[in-house]
Amino acid sequence: MTEPEQAPKVPRRIGVVVCQCGGNISDYVDTEKVRAEIAKDPDVVSSRVEMFACSDAAQQASVQEIREKKLDGLVVCSCSPKLHLATFRAMSARAGLNPYEYTQVNIREQCSWAHTHDREGATGKALRLVRAGVAHTEGTEPLQRIRVETIPQVLVIGAGVAGLRLALALSDMGLSVHLVEKSDHAGGNVARWGTLFPSDRSGEEVTGQLIEEVRGRQNIQLYLRSELVEKSGRVGAFSVRIRTGTGDTIPLTVGAIVVATGFEPYQPAQGEFGYGLEGVVTLPELKEMLAKEPRSLTYHGKEVRTIVYVYCVGSRLPEGEGVQRTYCSRYCCSATSHVSTTLNSVHPELHQFHLFRDIRTYGRYESLYEGARRAGSVFLRYGEEDPPEVSRDDQGLLVRLKDRLMAGEPVEIRPDLVVLVTGMAPRPNEELNRVLKLPIGTDGFYREIHVKLRPVETVVDGVFIVGTAQGPKNVAESVASSLAAGSKTGALLLRGHVELDPQVARVDPTLCTWCGECQAACPYGAIDRVLYGDKEVAQVSPVLCKGEGGCVSACPKQAVSVLGYTHSQITAMIDALAREEA
Amino acid sequence: MSASKRGEPRILVFSSNPISDMGIDLAGSSHLEYSPSVQVIAVPCSSGVDPGWIVHALQTGFDGVFVSVDGNDCAYLSDCLTRTGRVVAEAQNRLRKLGLNPARVKSGGICSVCAEVFVNQMGQFGRALAQLTVPVEG
Repeated sequence: MTEPEQAPKVPRRIGVVVCQCGGNISDYVDTEKVRAEIAKDPDVVSSRVEMFACSDAAQQASVQEIREKKLDGLVVCSCSPKLHLATFRAMSARAGLNPYEYTQVNIREQCSWAHTHDREGATGKALRLVRAGVAHTEGTEPLQRIRVETIPQVLVIGAGVAGLRLALALSDMGLSVHLVEKSDHAGGNVARWGTLFPSDRSGEEVTGQLIEEVRGRQNIQLYLRSELVEKSGRVGAFSVRIRTGTGDTIPLTVGAIVVATGFEPYQPAQGEFGYGLEGVVTLPELKEMLAKEPRSLTYHGKEVRTIVYVYCVGSRLPEGEGVQRTYCSRYCCSATSHVSTTLNSVHPELHQFHLFRDIRTYGRYESLYEGARRAGSVFLRYGEEDPPEVSRDDQGLLVRLKDRLMAGEPVEIRPDLVVLVTGMAPRPNEELNRVLKLPIGTDGFYREIHVKLRPVETVVDGVFIVGTAQGPKNVAESVASSLAAGSKTGALLLRGHVELDPQVARVDPTLCTWCGECQAACPYGAIDRVLYGDKEVAQVSPVLCKGEGGCVSACPKQAVSVLGYTHSQITAMIDALAREEA
Repeated sequence: MSASKRGEPRILVFSSNPISDMGIDLAGSSHLEYSPSVQVIAVPCSSGVDPGWIVHALQTGFDGVFVSVDGNDCAYLSDCLTRTGRVVAEAQNRLRKLGLNPARVKSGGICSVCAEVFVNQMGQFGRALAQLTVPVEG
């Protein structure tokens, strides 16, 4: 094994603050002992115990100390960095200390609070953690956030309801939009649906109005039968190529990319709940039938008097091989209740049976379910282990089920139409995935950074995901997420420049002998082969690198490391944590 | 190899900032107790742990190294689970060559709210390490 790079050992001027957190730490850790021990480190030139290191007064004292003692590194031992890393980095910057020379040591969540009955053990651990923090700081170097210019143009992929609404929102902000749609018409899934809850306007009307508005905007360009085929560059300035229906490719430079490619309805296999038999259709097929012929309800020329809906087809399945369909598709219970009440208002004599597992008409959609029940729909519950059977004999369709709420009582229904309430499935988008390399979840939908806190951002800076491309949503939720991405995109591009995290990977060209392992390990295309003197070495593009370290573990020479997590820093931290005295 | 002063096996945990470190924080916030001989170094992603760090920790005095796996929760890499598995396997290979017991390296999925899972893992791993005979220094 090659020896790790050794940073030249120069004396540092490091300050240490040990926080008591008003007793949250000092009740379980001897903070004064920790301070006194770490003060013995030759690189530690100042040390204090504070009751609340994050208080204004304590921050002012720290700022003063950084300036007066000319500190070139700071360690605060307090709570989790998730809480106050940003606070203390900002404080360091105010004092003139580079924020990346600051290290936070977690002696609360990962020490005092976890060892509340072991003061000696907790104090010993706190000291080792602080030593590791000082060891880490000895290896820091000043880093500058990477500032790059941004182009005020956005590529939106997918002209369904989410993409259309987003294009208008971006246009309102003064950003130019290139709206790219794969099919030959805008409007997506919603355009094919009949009436929508609660306005009872049709999907075609709603999307039609959006399309008309989009066509009227100077700063929105709609490209039909077009696809994204190439992407390079970085946040703020992506170079992309669009292939149009005529086969031409159009080069564009855009600051951000939003993926609004939507879902595709789950397509049942032949024989799945009788799919393929005459009279068995999916929910989207029924909605299209009704959109075309709203007043009459016939199937193959025959009047429909009885409908059976089978819920949860393609949703909430047990875990299996490949793409997981364990999720609830969210919209189908509400959509089916809505179809059912709409049908009832036109054909009050119609018999409707809903075979469900659980009803999830959440929020205001509950009124749809109530409405369907009041209108005489019969809801029968089936168990996952006992799904209904759909068959056809000489008398027509036959649905058999064991009614769970009647202790498994067998029920037989002879409907004219069976509607499979199919959920949402992810689109395959193979070409797009090849180009964008976005993370995809086990359910096959695009994956956000954080489902609650960063719901429309991806790990690729400047690439956002919205609507049902990200997972099942109804129209309102899709539009809400597209407008969220609109404001994130606006915040990114309207300022004219963007700053990136400098804690990215860096190659030590003296150690690198170019084997290509790091390049193969990097999904972001951040690693190039360059000449260093007369040998070939790897080089990391700081604007493309995500700093996750996939290349670090792949490198057989320890020649690449992530700034802030270098081999010498981690090794020094391990040595400090292993020390066993005091 | 040396156990802590009080005889508890010393475990170094590699956690990840966005995922498992939050779960480990939650264990503390919930006052779930585990041995103070368990210490954590947080890195950006579990697949970025260098096998050399694991070997170094075991040669420096730790009895065991636990790699918290981000797995399918990882926002960076869809194959994070496979990659982290490769890191652990490579570290174990190097340990075998050094005459050290590969069972001193363990990995397991720790999600951002997996407080109890973490504490249970530490308990199990600690007991398993206590039963390992101290091998010849490599």
